Formats: sequence, C-alpha cells, structure tokens
Amino acid sequence: MDITRKLEILADAAKYDASCASSGAARKDSRGSTGVGSTGGSGICHSYTPDGRCVSLLKVLMTNACLYDCHYCINRRSSNVTRARFTPGEVVKLTLDFYKRNYIEGLFLSSGIIRSADYTMELVIEVARKLREEHHFRGYIHLKTIPEASQALIALAGRYADRISINVELPTQQGLNTLAPEKNLARTEEAMGHIRGKIDERYGEKRKPDAPKPPPFATGQSTQMLVGADVSTDATILGCADKLYTTHRLRRVYYSAFSPIPEPSSILPLKAPPLIREHRLYQADWLLRFYDFKVEEIASASAPNLDLALDPKLSWALRNRETFPVDVNKAPREMLLRIPGLGVRNVERIMSARRYTGLRLADLIRLRLQMKKLLPFIVTADHHPARLGLDSDSLRARFLPPPEQLELNFDAPPEPAANDFLSVRSGEL
Amino acid sequence: MRTIVIEPEYEAWRTAARLLLAQSVKPDEVLWSDDPQEASLFVSGDPAAKQPAAEVIKVPSAFMDMARSAAAHTDSKRWALLYRLLWRLTLGGERHLLSMATDRDVRQMQDWFKAVGRDIHKMHAFVRFRLVGVDADTAREQFVAWFEPDHRIVRLATPFFQKRFAGMDWSILTPYMCAHWDGERLHFTSGVPRSSAPDEDALDDLWRTYYRNIFNPARVKISAMQSEMPKKYWKNLPEAPLIAGLIAESAGRVQGMLETEERPAKPAPNNAYLKSLHEMNQSNPAKSTEESDKS
Ligand code: SF4
Repeated sequence: MDITRKLEILADAAKYDASCASSGAARKDSRGSTGVGSTGGSGICHSYTPDGRCVSLLKVLMTNACLYDCHYCINRRSSNVTRARFTPGEVVKLTLDFYKRNYIEGLFLSSGIIRSADYTMELVIEVARKLREEHHFRGYIHLKTIPEASQALIALAGRYADRISINVELPTQQGLNTLAPEKNLARTEEAMGHIRGKIDERYGEKRKPDAPKPPPFATGQSTQMLVGADVSTDATILGCADKLYTTHRLRRVYYSAFSPIPEPSSILPLKAPPLIREHRLYQADWLLRFYDFKVEEIASASAPNLDLALDPKLSWALRNRETFPVDVNKAPREMLLRIPGLGVRNVERIMSARRYTGLRLADLIRLRLQMKKLLPFIVTADHHPARLGLDSDSLRARFLPPPEQLELNFDAPPEPAANDFLSVRSGEL
Repeated sequence: MRTIVIEPEYEAWRTAARLLLAQSVKPDEVLWSDDPQEASLFVSGDPAAKQPAAEVIKVPSAFMDMARSAAAHTDSKRWALLYRLLWRLTLGGERHLLSMATDRDVRQMQDWFKAVGRDIHKMHAFVRFRLVGVDADTAREQFVAWFEPDHRIVRLATPFFQKRFAGMDWSILTPYMCAHWDGERLHFTSGVPRSSAPDEDALDDLWRTYYRNIFNPARVKISAMQSEMPKKYWKNLPEAPLIAGLIAESAGRVQGMLETEERPAKPAPNNAYLKSLHEMNQSNPAKSTEESDKS
C-alpha cells in the first residue's frame, strides 16, 4: 500500500478525535540545533476544514486495526473498513515534511489497539522517540495513551510528548458497558491519576532544592467525551467533566457530538449530530472553568439538560432574575462575571476603568459590548433597567432566535453563529 | 504647527516623538507624515535641529510595547494618535490612561494592536514554505514562501519563524518587505512581486490528501471555517481549492452513511490480552454495572 493510500485511511480513522490543541506546552525551540520545531506560544491553527475544525496537528492513527469493539467508532473490530498500518519511519517523515512546509505545528498520534495495550503503546512511543532523539524535533507532540498500558510506558510517552490524553468516551460505566465493552471508567481514572502525579512531580513547586529534578514529562493531559451516543444528560456529562478537572486537573475536556460514520453498528443507530448541544456544553464548560459556576447552577437534577436556544449564562440569569440588575460601577468581580454578555476580559477592563471614572453606557459601547444582551441586567451611572421589564415574561422571548429560523430548522437546531464559536474560544460569554 | 516626516517604522516615530516630548510640543502642534512626497507641502520643523538636553521622561513600558505593534498598522493617523497618547500619559498627567479601555484614543490603539496581532497570527498560520533546493555546501534545505500581510508586520512576525525553523534556510517574500534566514542571521530586503515565489511544492498533493480525509462531512460548519480562514487567504493555500468540492459532496456522503446497512457485532477474536481485559471487567464490575442490570 503506498503512502497516499495509508494517509487516506489513517487520517480518516483519526478525525473523530476533536482535540486539536497545540498550546500549553513548555517553551522550547530549534535555535542552535539542526532540527525544526518550537512550542510554548498560543496554538496556531494552520488551516480549517469545512467542518469548522482547526487543523494544527497531523492527526493520524498508527493503525486502524483494533481489537476493541466501540460501537461509535469506525475502527472497531466489527467494522468492515479497510485496514492500514504506518511504519514509525513513515509517520516521522510525514510529520517532518509537513512541519517544514508550515502545514502543521505538530503530531497527534493515536492508534487502534493491536496485540496488547503495551505493544500498541510501544509503537506509538517509537515514533515520538525517533522524532525527538534522531531528528531533534521540538514541535508539539500529543500522544494518546491506553489506560491499561504499563506505567513505565506511560512515563516514557510523557517524556517525549507535550500532551498525553486518554478518552473517557462516555461519562458512565453503564454507557460504556453497552457501547464500548472493553473500556472501563475506573481504570481510565486511575491512569489519569497516575499521569497527574507525574505532572505534579515534574512541575510542582514543593520539591526540595537539593532533590534531583524529576524526568521531563508532558505539561498537561486532556480527554474527550462523546455526546448523544448514549442517554447521559448534560448534568451527567458536566458532572463527569467537573470531576476530571478537579480530581485529575485536566487541561481540557473535549465534547464530541456523535456523528454518522460510514460503518454503522446495529447496536448504535446513526443520528444527525446534535451540534448545538455540543456547542452549549463547551459554553457550560467555560463557565465552570473561568466563571466560577457550579455544575448544579447550570444543569440541575430538575433540569438536567442545557437550554439549546440560549447560552447557559443567559439562561442562568433568566432563572435568577432576583440577582439583577448588577451595578457595573460597584459590583464585585464574581458578580460582574455573572452578567450575560460580559466576558472575563471585559470584566477586567471594567474593573480597571471604574477606579477612575463612573462608567456610563457610552463607555460600555466603546468597549464594544453586546448592549442588547447586557442592558436588562446592568446599572450604570446613567442607566437603570427598570423600564426594560426585567420581571416580565417577555424577557426570555427577547433573546430567542427569530421564530422563522426556528420553523425552518425544526428538526435540526440552528447552526451557532460564527462569532458564537469565537466567543467560546476566547472565553467571552 | 510643524510637520514631521518619518520612515513608516516604529523606531523612526519613537526617535521623533522623544525629541518633541523633550521640547514639550503639544500633540495638536504637530502634523505627522510617513509619505516623503508630502514633505515639500509644509514647512518642516526638523526636531533634530534644535535639540535641547533631553531630560528623561518616564513612559510605561506597556505603552511602548503596544505602540510598537500598533505602529505596524497601515492607518495613516497612527503616528499622530500614538504621539497624543504619549503626551497624555506623560506631560498631560494622565498616568493611569492605559487602565481606561473606555477612552477613545486608548481604544483606537488597542484596535490597531489587535488587528496587527491578528495579522501576525495569520502569517504564522498561513505561510506555506516550498522546497526550492539544498545548499551544496551546508546541505541545508532551502525553502521559499509568499505571503501578503495587511499591515507592515514582517519585522514583528519573523522572529517566530527563526525560532521554529532554525534548522533550514528560508525566505518569506511579501510585496513590501522580505525576510531571510540562513541559520545565522535574520535579515530583511525590500518587497518583490508574487511571481518571484514558487507556486507549488511536491508535498502539496499529500497535504491535500490529508486535508480531504481529516474533514468530517457529517458536521459541516462553513461560517466557523470562514471566520477563521477568510477567503482572502485562500489564493495562497494549497488546500483551499478542495473546499468547494468537499462542501458540495458532503450531504451525499452523509446520506450514504445513513443508508448503509448496519453491521452486526463480530465475536471477540482469540487474543490473550482481550481475554484478560474481559476477565478484569467481569471480576471487578463497577457499581454502575449493577445499576444497568436493574434498569
Ligand atoms: S479502542 Fe475503541 S475507540 Fe479506539 S480505535 Fe479501537 S474501537 Fe475505536
């Protein structure tokens, strides 16, 4: 099989992993070496495909042959997809050739599981080893690891990689039992715990000055959860994410809407992907990480799913109207963060400007804030929203997408606007 | 009123601005120009001519950093605005000015800063190097790229490439300035036309293969793609010609998936690792397994 055909198969097999992050690595670069590569800045998206996803890394599988039978996955053993396998040298050459042309800024290598967890990990690690040791490659490397692989191999993977990850796939063991019978949530979490230990050991500040520096290790770990393949509610999904953030200090949890695959399983009928739900989960995720929201505030036992029509912060504000209006000239930071339409950066701007001046509406307009969203919830030196009817039932209606749009898209929820995505990436909600 | 004609570079503005400030020249007493043609229209007060012993005026370094980037913007009003800000921050007594994102001038500088930052970021992303040869003496590969920035960012954007691509020789050509790296020195020459850069690379086909196959036709989101990769960049991206076709065929591909017959689960193969895994899962059932049995 020639390299073009292998690349077709093994890129196609890798595209269901949403992670493309290439930021958050330790600072390193190629100066003074014969190689190429640098990391440590904010990530760069070198291209975008028409699915709106960023292309920053060469994302491929080592092989798409797999012993497991995860029913949402095109590579499961029950699928009839054509199988292929790269040699380590082929992946190394592709990575370097693509990198030197500035198509990508690193490699995200994963693999179907063949023979055993350790055998598969060794294959993946060999690519990273060659890149780092033989070619002095300083670019970004993300390696997918297998929870059942030996700790020595995970340590070795972490030594070469900037990021390592294990996908939890589904937030409950119940879901896994049906859809991914080989996978086990407890073992995945245990492996994440070990990885966190390694990261803390390397980057923790508590080390004694004379203690030897622990071996190099990836700076972070991440994971992915599939949305819409099982019956899990948003509350369950966010609860699981929150636990992973706090217990194992993950950098990112990716949410991936289950989407049709060319090899459907009789156990998991294909559905149109709930893209808007995935989008709302990302927004909720930002609220958990940067806005001090608790899972119960966003998705509770009584209302376990996010409102698809409104972003979760606005939705929370409408449910908690008694909290508003908030005076932007006086309110503490944590209250400003709760105002719909006000992002982290603009909260900082407001807090520093109000030390010198009483903020008026014109000032907020100059900050280019979304005034329509903001007005019912704030007080400024020259504005009080009493007349805008914060208590009226029509307030929610004001924020809903126009009715024609809803009718047109009765089956498929509206596609989020482009600036919605931007806002999610920059954390402005 | 005096007219200051400078090179369109931050350093030239800074030199002139320092001298003006040392003479307490108010912002509205200066006309700035970076167009040498205009010089003859005005009586030029050359600040270097009557140079006093300039006392050192403290300027927040955050301002100078931001001004350096904002100066790369192509808006002709930038020199005047930067000087006005500099004056307000120092002699004008508004030391806290940079904390006021609500101030019109500050906001304008931030907008330019942001536009330039975005331009730099897009240059880092969308430059495509093409292999043109191998140096006979050093055996280093030589690459050339073409890029059309919106602003005058070549000096600001290229140190990044120096760090990232230290191990190869490269030139990035643009219409107004070119940057070159030979392993030892980053240097700049004047701009060249598009025709000076190669159009293709032997690897472009393989890259397009990757691009085509990493795209997921089941989740088309064109607006998200275009807001991050506006069409103006497409002409220099080898993968861009694929976009229209990928979009056009996506609905049919998804329909094909939905119509594909569902595959039954195959029995587990005879594999020791898989067996041990299944045993582990059974001997140590998680709590939720019991729950699922009940339901
Ligand atoms: S382990 Fe599961 S998800 Fe991973 S490649 Fe195999 S079948 Fe797919």
